[in-house]
Amino acid sequence: MPRIAGIDIPLEKQIRISLRYIFGIGPVNAMDILREANIDPNKKSNALNEDEVGRIVNIIDRAYVVEGALRRQIQQNVQRLKDIGSYRGSRHRRNLPVRGQRTRSNARTRKGPRKTVAGKKGVKELGG
Amino acid sequence: MSRSTKKGPFVADYILKKVNELNAKRSKAPIKTWSRSTTIIPDFVGHTFEVHNGKEFKRVFVTEDMVGHKLGEFSFTRQFKGHTMVKKEEPAAAPTK
Repeated sequence: MPRIAGIDIPLEKQIRISLRYIFGIGPVNAMDILREANIDPNKKSNALNEDEVGRIVNIIDRAYVVEGALRRQIQQNVQRLKDIGSYRGSRHRRNLPVRGQRTRSNARTRKGPRKTVAGKKGVKELGG
Repeated sequence: MSRSTKKGPFVADYILKKVNELNAKRSKAPIKTWSRSTTIIPDFVGHTFEVHNGKEFKRVFVTEDMVGHKLGEFSFTRQFKGHTMVKKEEPAAAPTK
């Protein structure tokens, strides 16, 4: 079972699919990598030989930000917005949508599960 | 859609003029402005702006990290009314700045 980018051990799937188990590599990046490494994207990942795995690892190390480094980079970008006191930073800090979406309704992804407030009008109609 | 690179960043003419004047005088006097859509360019670093938020002028001291953002992003137009009484609000219910 090949190990790529630190701890990721993609399964017995086509290599173009299993590369996507790495955080930071999606369909397009996976295909780009395989094209550069000159590997058949439909080959099962457990059918790859050492050399092929080595080529993939090499390309990812050189040209892609993945996993921990990527997560750190995202975190830093958010932290920067917070530090400079921008509007977007304040939205991050409050866990509200950052890009101008409405918050009167919806926005549940950012706000999390509904917190029903007792005595607030409209609660019964909404069904809590 | 983002702005055409050909045009360069938008900066209100009078702000640009004023910053150049201040830079020539090595002065850091605050610049009062209504132009919230002005992009912060590297020349602005270290200057203080007073950016109108529709009601009053909010003081914005420009640091290097702010380059590329708009002046209006630092002068909020709405007041955050929190729910401080509730025991377990969103973990990031930070006090209003």
